[in-house]
Amino acid sequence: MAFMQMTSPHAHRPGNTGHVMKLVILATLPGLITLSYFFGPGTLINVFTAGIMAMACEALVLKLRQRPVMFYINDYSALVTGVLLGLALPPYTPWWVIAVGCVSAIVLAKQLYGGMGYNPFNPAMVGYVILLISFPVEMTQWAMPRTLLAEGQALTGPIDGLAKMWFATPLDAYTGATPLDVFKQNNSQLVQHLYDTQAVFSTGRWAGAGWEWANIGFLMGGCFLLYKKVFTWHAPVSMLISLSLMAAMFNDGGSSNSGGSPLFHLLSGATMLGAFFIVTDPVSSATSNKGRMIYGAAIGILIYLIRTWGNYPDAVAFAVLLLNFAAPFIDYYTLPRTYGHNKARRGTEKEAE
Amino acid sequence: MIELIIQYPVLAALLAMVGLSLVFGAVLGFAAVKFKVEGDPIVEQIDSLLPQTQCGQCGHPGCKPYAEGIANGEAINKCPPGGQTTINAIADLLDVEAPTLDEEHGEEKDLPTVAYIREDECIGCTKCIQACPMDAILGAAKQMHTVIIDECTGCDLCVEPCPVDCIDMLPLESTLGEWKWSLPPRSETLALNIIASDRKAHSEASA
Amino acid sequence: MRKVWDIHGGVHPPENKQQSMQQALASLPLAPELVLPLNQHIGKPAIAIVAEGDTVLKGQLIAKADGPISANIHAPTSGTVSGIEDRTLPHPSGGSGPCIVISSDGKDTWAELDACENYQTLDHNTLLEKIRSAGIAGMGGAGFPAAIKLNPRGNLKIDTLILNGTECEPYITADDTLMQTRAQEVVAGAQILAQLLGNPKSILIGIEDNKPEAIRSISKALSEVENNPIEVVSFPTKYPSGGEKQLIQILTGREVPAGKLPADVGVVCQNVGSTVAAYRAVRFGEPLISRITTVVGEALEIQRNIEVPIGTPIGYILEQHGFTAANVSRLIMGGPMMGFALNTADVPVIKTTNCILAPSRAEMPAPPPAQACIRCGMCAEACPASLLPQQLFWYSMAEDLDKLEAHNIADCIECGACSYVCPSNIPLVQFYRASKGAMKQHAIDKEKSDRSRARFEFRQQRIEKAEVEKEAKRAARKVAAEAAKAKLAAKQASEGDSPKTDDTADVVAAAIAKAKTQDISPEVQLAKLERALSSASSRLDRTLARAEEAEGEKKDAILARVKDAELKVSDAKNKLAEFQARENG
Repeated sequence: MAFMQMTSPHAHRPGNTGHVMKLVILATLPGLITLSYFFGPGTLINVFTAGIMAMACEALVLKLRQRPVMFYINDYSALVTGVLLGLALPPYTPWWVIAVGCVSAIVLAKQLYGGMGYNPFNPAMVGYVILLISFPVEMTQWAMPRTLLAEGQALTGPIDGLAKMWFATPLDAYTGATPLDVFKQNNSQLVQHLYDTQAVFSTGRWAGAGWEWANIGFLMGGCFLLYKKVFTWHAPVSMLISLSLMAAMFNDGGSSNSGGSPLFHLLSGATMLGAFFIVTDPVSSATSNKGRMIYGAAIGILIYLIRTWGNYPDAVAFAVLLLNFAAPFIDYYTLPRTYGHNKARRGTEKEAE
Repeated sequence: MIELIIQYPVLAALLAMVGLSLVFGAVLGFAAVKFKVEGDPIVEQIDSLLPQTQCGQCGHPGCKPYAEGIANGEAINKCPPGGQTTINAIADLLDVEAPTLDEEHGEEKDLPTVAYIREDECIGCTKCIQACPMDAILGAAKQMHTVIIDECTGCDLCVEPCPVDCIDMLPLESTLGEWKWSLPPRSETLALNIIASDRKAHSEASA
Repeated sequence: MRKVWDIHGGVHPPENKQQSMQQALASLPLAPELVLPLNQHIGKPAIAIVAEGDTVLKGQLIAKADGPISANIHAPTSGTVSGIEDRTLPHPSGGSGPCIVISSDGKDTWAELDACENYQTLDHNTLLEKIRSAGIAGMGGAGFPAAIKLNPRGNLKIDTLILNGTECEPYITADDTLMQTRAQEVVAGAQILAQLLGNPKSILIGIEDNKPEAIRSISKALSEVENNPIEVVSFPTKYPSGGEKQLIQILTGREVPAGKLPADVGVVCQNVGSTVAAYRAVRFGEPLISRITTVVGEALEIQRNIEVPIGTPIGYILEQHGFTAANVSRLIMGGPMMGFALNTADVPVIKTTNCILAPSRAEMPAPPPAQACIRCGMCAEACPASLLPQQLFWYSMAEDLDKLEAHNIADCIECGACSYVCPSNIPLVQFYRASKGAMKQHAIDKEKSDRSRARFEFRQQRIEKAEVEKEAKRAARKVAAEAAKAKLAAKQASEGDSPKTDDTADVVAAAIAKAKTQDISPEVQLAKLERALSSASSRLDRTLARAEEAEGEKKDAILARVKDAELKVSDAKNKLAEFQARENG
């Protein structure tokens, strides 16, 4: 009688990679809902469109690569990429922009490198950056939050939004400057003055109407994932701390040269989305906990540098991609100390006798 | 100074180039003296990768001469006892593409073999003792010979000289203590293939 | 309450310890045939000292340890040796090896045992010898001969003795049962081990807090001891806190340095089962011939712990517990985390068999296909050795042994925590085992090739040296010959001297010298020169004839040859004339 042969362990914790990915998608919900509340259902439609397109791209390439399509689709990694890309795009982004983004993300950044697990760069951020560079006009039209609307004006409804997305119908009084844009363009006014005069700040509480709540939404989702132990705290926390420290250092007491307060930086732009959903992407980040702290901290610093002195108002995507390059280098120097060893080794070092 | 450069730009550029080359030449010369590498470590390194069977299948009288040959640009795929593993290791060391084994020099054996003398047939001629590069055969004239299995590298060199053909090359017996796990199978569904396998899948499909 | 430390990582798999604890410890009717592999421990196989057909008694030595790292084997029951042959072993390879097979006579007659009541007065060597001869090998699963651990190298000071009653693997309750039913023996064994190690400062019995019954009964047994130096330490349940290195870290905060033994940090660790076996060996002279094994799994009707003679076939045990083969997903010796799958039930229980696990298909389904590694790092969080399993996995796939070494794969204890948590279901441990095997093989090959190189170079040197010596001898002979010649010449010059030569070498040398100085006879020389002349002139004739036939460029070449031949002819003529002149003159 022959029994099944396999190596230990024979027990396995329930769950698989698809499970983890589904948790990530679930955790984006608070942020998605707040974004949709403040800026209209545009982001929701983005997320749906991008998710479906990303899955379609993935299925197509897997088919071409002669891989079992359903086996890979079921790990939901393409869906996560699509959802994150959809969240990062301005509401009601034209469909062809989303399509280009999904193709860049899934085909270029992921499948051409070997598919799931082999991509050196975060696919969603590659897609986002390609779009940002290729279609600057479409990519900088953020909708106005509902608190800024004039008397009697309503948020863009789904019908109008879909018309813009699919037929490029222009929308009236639709876009507004984001808080980061306002800061970027300021060169003569005190921060307090900005907060008092600019509607986007005066109708908000800490960092600009709508944006602060969206960031808090993503923070909540991130805490949920931390609680579920989907990732460790190291990368996101060190990123947030380094970003705050940079902001505190260059806050300049709120003068006209100020880069903005730590709270402003934490709750504006894609900070929280980046910290908990992009920086924590394990495939393209550093591997050890020590490495992840360095990785996160460097991203935080880069975000601040680019936001304050660079050409773009926000910088999460650029910072993450730059550090993706550096991840193998960080890994080399940050091996953990193994049990029974006096100190940690480097990546290729032989044990000193 | 600056006026001079502006007045004679070509001359200034030339001088700058000459100056730079002098400085760098001096640095390089100093480095060549200071960090001079003793001996020819590459031969040693290649030699340490060869299996040291001293079988001569590569056409050299031993492994070290072949290592020297490789260092002088000879093909690295002439070593059947080392097989593909050795070729890969040398290719890695020399940073070249790893070729497959040159069958002209012999085939890679699946299992390591060692020589056994059928002792009742041995006439004690000592020819195999003289042929053995390892001194792994024990015996004296008109006495029965035997192989020290632990020292035998399986080079085959003793088989040919034996006048009564009493030497067999037999696979080395493996014990449970030497048993080891093999890597899990890499099938399509295991999803453990890296992108290189796409090529294979493609060629199979087109074939 | 003693301070306990925490280990890095670890997992909390479902414990599943209840099902085997519902029934009391039982024993089985004796199996008709017992199979005793000669290698049940780490180290060299024992050497059989009985022959086929011998009658043996229960507890009689049947195979002797081969060297220090080996263990004796004793007959678990009385009967006859029906064979010494290769049988399938309980080993992950499914291979076979030499075993002593005993047909039981059903009487179970003990051999005479060397009991000792006042063992406290025995000296160190006698005690150690009693434990060594009982053939005790680490009963927690590793199978390291116990006597070696109890006799650390002389200069090492042992300040802590740890008894391992952790049993962190799910399902297994063998040590738990042992501690509940034989607490006094555990305590008495601990005292013996402490005596052997020179009464270390702390003697700890480490038990996970999921075994309150065992803690209670051991504490009760300890309270009956006067001036009790032994302490029970309970600590939070977590897999793999029962690993020797991990337990040492939990109880003492010390780490065993890589490549060293626990004794190097002043700790000796023994399984509680081995401790009881040591007690029985010293007190009653009983060798290790039976052990407590957990028989558990949904594919069995009865799940419990049994005291079973070593060598009992597992098939027989399963039969006694209502085994349904159709229902079983696999058969495991050991626990679900580190045990290995058997491909046949036709193997015996050995000294290290702490559990026989026969899970049903629903209980332990076949693993799903592995997905891609996303480097999520859950494995690194679970690793008790603080390794980076995800990196080890990539380098194992690439078979990059240098990188694996740099990432400390040698410190992997193969506990399986990484595979347990891996969301992609990658069989990580198998990758590490295969890579470790490849590294070991690589080291062996390297050592062998280094030795071969040394031998070859030595041989080259020897041959060279012999050559040089031969050359030197030849030169010496030449010098001697020359000297002899000079002597002879001197002698001939002064003819009056007596030609006395008392040295034989001189005679020989003189003869050679004489031969050399002697001229070749003139006739021979003349004939030789004439032959040379005739052959040269015939050659000249031939070339001349060809030169007439040839034309063009070829003719030039042949003419050159004619000239050459002419020269040779005149040369030969000259020589002949010279010789004749000398002869006549």
